[in-house]
Amino acid sequence: MKAGHKFLIGALLIVGSVGFLIAEGVKETGVYFLTPAELAAKTSADPSFVENVGFKVGARVVPGSIRRDRAGRRIDFQVSDGVKSYPVTYRGLVPDTFTDANDIEVVVEGRLGQDGVIRATDVLAKCGSRYEAVPKA
Amino acid sequence: MTLLGQFALWVTFLVGLWCVAIAFSARWRDRPELAATVVRSVYAMFGCLVVASLALWKGLIGHDFNIEYVAAYTSRNLPPYYIVSAFWAGQKGSLLFWALVLSLFASLAQLLTPRRYADLMPYVAGVTSAVVAFFVSVMLFGSDPFERLAFTPADGRGLNPQLQNVGMVIHPPMLYLGYISITIPFAFAVAALLSRRLDTGWIHAIRKWTLVSWLFLSIGITLGMWWAYVELGWGGYWAWDPVENASFLPWLTMTAFLHSVMIQEKRGMLKRWNLGLIVGTFLLSIFGTFITRSGVIASVHSFTQSNVGYFFLAFLVVAAVLSFTLLYTRWPLLEAEVRLESMLSREAAFLFNNLLFVGIAFSVLWGTLFPILSEAVRGTKITVGPPFFNRVNVPLGLLLLALTGIGPLIAWRKASAANLRRQFVGPLATGAAALAMVLAAGLRDFYAATALALAGFVAGTISQEFLRGVRARRRMHGESVPLAFFRLVARNRRRYGGYIVHTGILIYFAAFAGMAFKVEREATLKPGESVELRSPFGHTYTFTHVGISQYEALNRVVSAATVQVAIDGRADGLLTSEKRQHIDSFKRPTFEPSTEVGIRSGLREDLYLVFAGAVDGTEEAVYRFNVNPLVWWVWFGGFVLAFGGLVTMWPGGGPALVPARQVQGGYAVSLVGAGTE
Repeated sequence: MKAGHKFLIGALLIVGSVGFLIAEGVKETGVYFLTPAELAAKTSADPSFVENVGFKVGARVVPGSIRRDRAGRRIDFQVSDGVKSYPVTYRGLVPDTFTDANDIEVVVEGRLGQDGVIRATDVLAKCGSRYEAVPKA
Repeated sequence: MTLLGQFALWVTFLVGLWCVAIAFSARWRDRPELAATVVRSVYAMFGCLVVASLALWKGLIGHDFNIEYVAAYTSRNLPPYYIVSAFWAGQKGSLLFWALVLSLFASLAQLLTPRRYADLMPYVAGVTSAVVAFFVSVMLFGSDPFERLAFTPADGRGLNPQLQNVGMVIHPPMLYLGYISITIPFAFAVAALLSRRLDTGWIHAIRKWTLVSWLFLSIGITLGMWWAYVELGWGGYWAWDPVENASFLPWLTMTAFLHSVMIQEKRGMLKRWNLGLIVGTFLLSIFGTFITRSGVIASVHSFTQSNVGYFFLAFLVVAAVLSFTLLYTRWPLLEAEVRLESMLSREAAFLFNNLLFVGIAFSVLWGTLFPILSEAVRGTKITVGPPFFNRVNVPLGLLLLALTGIGPLIAWRKASAANLRRQFVGPLATGAAALAMVLAAGLRDFYAATALALAGFVAGTISQEFLRGVRARRRMHGESVPLAFFRLVARNRRRYGGYIVHTGILIYFAAFAGMAFKVEREATLKPGESVELRSPFGHTYTFTHVGISQYEALNRVVSAATVQVAIDGRADGLLTSEKRQHIDSFKRPTFEPSTEVGIRSGLREDLYLVFAGAVDGTEEAVYRFNVNPLVWWVWFGGFVLAFGGLVTMWPGGGPALVPARQVQGGYAVSLVGAGTE
């Protein structure tokens, strides 16, 4: 066998495993990114979605809905996209950008409980109004 | 002054258009005076951009809050060095900074490139001027740094507290310098294609530039990790965030190029691949700029959504179409001179290394774009996060690490069995020893153990290369060990500088492996209460909450929470984390409160303390405690990497590469010190 052919086999092995790792990685770790309205549509179309499927929700925090229990490191709030809103409960520390100010955008990762409350495993926040241009590139 | 600034931008833009028109019309070929004006217009653009930058700086230093940019990013009580760095802290200013530095590099490329490439230079000038003109047009038509407000605020808003950090003063410019300097090799590649001078000439002309760009990118990425670690407070330094990925992508393809270019120099292979890599790296740098400035993909390094992104998207598409069309039309001219002779050759190792780099880059790009792709194809947005990137890239990265150890051991063209035996015994032994040590230490994580064993193998390879080199010099020249070592590196800077870079890389890998064992714990503590955390190295830390103090500093009100640290019951100093509320000179709060983490860095592990707030005005504090193993080694690895990069590109130091046809492969010849590599 020529060196070129052997190399081609090696190359195909590498390309193949990259492809396999990507496909498998997406299948195993991919998470839905939904708006509250899309989440409502998903759950009504497929009731098994509740409690079984992890997802991320991108929405705004409803002003005035934040209840903090600092000592218990627990936070409850409502997220909404103007169409549908969901209550969220999270145990853990929220980032500095999660403030009581109006107009904060959050990404909540978690699952929906039978009671309609999102049990968050992670909360990311960004404040659109003041947070322009963190130059990282 | 803003009028002058805007005027200077317009002049730059028009001169740029003129330069591009003349350069690509190729009329200068028969008229040397036209070629000279093309080159001179590059200098003229730089002059104009210096004027524009001085105008903006004057506004910043003079606190001219009537200028929107000055009011948005500075305030009267901002420390002076942050006023300087405010120049690149925001979208608009960073565009001006980018254009300024690019035109500086373009001018340097014209000045420093030897005369023998004179017939490439007008094309190079045309490409760089096109890119500068594009950046200036973004400012003129999209995002004007000299925009004035209808009124003059009494004080500005101040700089985002997360940017008030020494790392932030130098980290973005470093990354920018890396991104920006990619344009120069790209310009040479396009010039070589246009002029059909496709021998290795253009590659020699850009060698230093590719190294400069790679070095700045590496330093910028490492400083970015440091900034994220110190400022973002989530406890790590790399989160596979889109913006981080955007800086990693061109680094990957550039690193692939630095390796594959050696094959082209020595063996005349891979011409198309190398051109593709340079074009790809440039496009990825523009893509990164698009990602960070458009807000199409949600990122923790949040930029507001802005229309500026679409300028970059348009530019990206145009640049991609033009350069790939050009590459296609010159395809037949890029035939390889020789074929691969054996799988057991350094060429083959380099080819696999390149495939892995590009494979990693592809997977990172795919993961970053996946939300958009899945929405376009399937109608639902699906995101992938750190678990995806780790799953895919950890195995690929480890393969690459293995090749780092294998590549230097295999001869060019075709390795013999004797060569392989002689070369591999030592490194394999050190690798096995490393593996035995980690297993004996009780480490059972598969990837971490593999990483450390491979790091031992690569360390063996590098030490063997240095040892044999030093020994040969001692034998031939009778030099003392330190002198032989110094001369060995000084006379073969590219080769041994490269090994120093590899050393930095294996330190990175070892440090990344350490992060698999980080531990963390959250707790709410009253003064006097304590919490315990077991370090992965076996000892136990006790953190006792001391109290919270409040005071005012220059531009902020600080609540500082302090804990007493004890190791295995032995008191070991204090650690403080702060909550800062930044204020302007009228004591009005600016920005949201920010956290200043407390870090105590050590060779084995870092203690990382986050004060998340006090409970309702009492001294009861909410904390997160982290023990992060081996973090110090990431910064040290970055230092070694940068040092190796500097050695590699230091001027002088022996003749350039000699084609392998004249020098048979293997280490034996290069040891003579003729500088074959």
